[in-house]
Amino acid sequence: MLVDSPPELREETAAAPPNRRTIRAVGLLVSVLILALVALASIAIGAKELSLGQIWHGLFEDSGTYGDVVVAERVSRTVLGLLAGAALGLSGAVLQALTRNPLADPGLLGINAGASAAVVTAITFFGVTSLSGYVWFAFLGAAAVGTLVWFLGGSRGATPVRLALAGTAISAALYGYLQAVMITDDAALGKMRFWTVGSLASATDSTITQVLPFLAVGTALALSLARPLNAMEMGDDTAKALGANLNRTRALAMLAATVLCGATTAACGPIVFVGLMVPHVVRSFTGPDLRWILPYAAILSPVLLLGADVLGRLVARPSELQVGIVTAIIGGPVFIYLVRRRRPAQL
Amino acid sequence: MKTNRAVRTPGGLSVRLDVRALTVVLLLLAAALAASVVLIGTGDFPIPAGDVLRTLAGDGDAGQEFIVNELRLPRVLVGLLVGASLGLGGALFQAVSRNPLGSPDILGLGQGATAGALVVIVLFSGSAELVTVGALVGGLATGIAIYLLAWKRGVHGYRLVLVGIGVSAIVTAVNGYLLTISDIVDAARAVVWMTGSLSGRDWDQVWPLLMLCAVLVPLVLANARELRMMEMGDEVSHALGVRVERVRALLMIAAVLLTATATAAAGPVSFVALTAPQLARRLTRSPGPNLLPSLCMGAALLVTADWVSQRVFGADQLPVGVVTGVLGGVYLLWLLVTERKAGRI
Repeated sequence: MLVDSPPELREETAAAPPNRRTIRAVGLLVSVLILALVALASIAIGAKELSLGQIWHGLFEDSGTYGDVVVAERVSRTVLGLLAGAALGLSGAVLQALTRNPLADPGLLGINAGASAAVVTAITFFGVTSLSGYVWFAFLGAAAVGTLVWFLGGSRGATPVRLALAGTAISAALYGYLQAVMITDDAALGKMRFWTVGSLASATDSTITQVLPFLAVGTALALSLARPLNAMEMGDDTAKALGANLNRTRALAMLAATVLCGATTAACGPIVFVGLMVPHVVRSFTGPDLRWILPYAAILSPVLLLGADVLGRLVARPSELQVGIVTAIIGGPVFIYLVRRRRPAQL
Repeated sequence: MKTNRAVRTPGGLSVRLDVRALTVVLLLLAAALAASVVLIGTGDFPIPAGDVLRTLAGDGDAGQEFIVNELRLPRVLVGLLVGASLGLGGALFQAVSRNPLGSPDILGLGQGATAGALVVIVLFSGSAELVTVGALVGGLATGIAIYLLAWKRGVHGYRLVLVGIGVSAIVTAVNGYLLTISDIVDAARAVVWMTGSLSGRDWDQVWPLLMLCAVLVPLVLANARELRMMEMGDEVSHALGVRVERVRALLMIAAVLLTATATAAAGPVSFVALTAPQLARRLTRSPGPNLLPSLCMGAALLVTADWVSQRVFGADQLPVGVVTGVLGGVYLLWLLVTERKAGRI
């Protein structure tokens, strides 16, 4: 099928097929190794340092000692970080391809804010307390805001600045609403001020089992869209000529991004800029082929998220800096750098 | 309808007069003052408008005099001045960024001022005066940072907007962190501050605001001509003799000062800076920066919103920022839809 290998890419692979592909595959393997190391660091580092022996004991010979309990808690946190990171990276990459906009990020486009507002509404007004209950609200909010921003930003004629403005404007309105809720309800304030910064600290096994199905579906959907999205990157007309079903691809891509962001936001609160940064870094060495960008993003985004989480635990010891804050502080300057690098006409 | 008239004097001096804009300014001014009188009369101890006017003129009874002059007048004056500063600052930002959404709310100035205030509230449990100073410093620092980061052989409108959004995201994260490390009492105080409130404002807040406005408003209005020309694009205005970057820098500093001071006095009252210039432009039907109409519109909006919040929720139950936030949010959505159709954002 022609869609499978658009001319541009086929030429490239034809020029140096085995080499390029081997390098990319090896790179992917190295990325997995880096991820494993970061995950290990995330289990070992914290208010109480653990040695490798203690981690081994906690993982495989759990006998309920203090160290084992710490290991168990850090493992759930790390697993959630892995899942959330992969989800954010994938949704960022899909959104960037969908909007043909290198500055797209679930946080900047207001999708996180939509999920947040919906979750807070669920907690405060509908008395929903369990994650599995409000994750549906998160989807609803994420989907509503995502669609709204997409249309307000000018759908296919969207420019980076339009989308970012529409997203930020809607986020501002929604955060105003969140603040109003927090003023009127002290109990909600007590709970939500921790949730709205984005943190992995409250992760438990049940958090993971509750969001896992959604993330699995979202990930599978996102990965399966690599080829049609590749075709769409070449322009609507070419994509159509190549046999891609544009509207179906757009709808499915939006669905994938929404499910991934919604579930992540429900589990750990809004986290910005992870979905923006990683696809950029990845694209610089894989090139524009989404069949490589997506897996790389799924593996390297958790490296960033877990790394940020570990960093947050290191700099504010014995307390910690929430991961959402660390990613914003790292990601903000990256975003500004990307903006500055572009010519005004490209914005 | 032709609304521009040239007034010529025998001496050869002539002035272009926009009759519609002038009418709008006068009407808005009247509306702001009327709303102020009603607002002064509103509260746990209601005073009829006639009595308010009599007391303001100097012959009310002692009790009313205390309530009006010491308690409610300064609050209303702060409201008027904050609204005016936000309206003017917003108009400047929107003109410089050439985008109806390029207002201080979106660019993170409010967030920056909030960060300054939160540092004082959370880390030092400081007094109200210190919070004001902190907010001022935070707002100014953020404004300058955005301007410098957006600078690359001149400031381009879109770059300014996007850099502002980036800075705003960073500062929002810092604010979130400060909220999580505070105890619940400080957190509640911080959230009320963050929403923007006029309650408890007294003469100490009026004077600095008034002095700043007295300096900045004439300065800005003196540059209105250049700003109007700059809307045609940098090259054209340069050719017409406008020193583009100099005027832009001057007006941006003025806008940042106005917004930061207003935010320091009343908290980041959301969306006034965004909506006031837009509403003013719709009333005057003039494409220019509409500085004076925006200023009057801001003042009228804020005082009216404060009155609404007192009438709807009861005296000092919810801060004025909630009302502007909700109304402004709805207006913003409408604006996004219509401006998109017109292709202006």
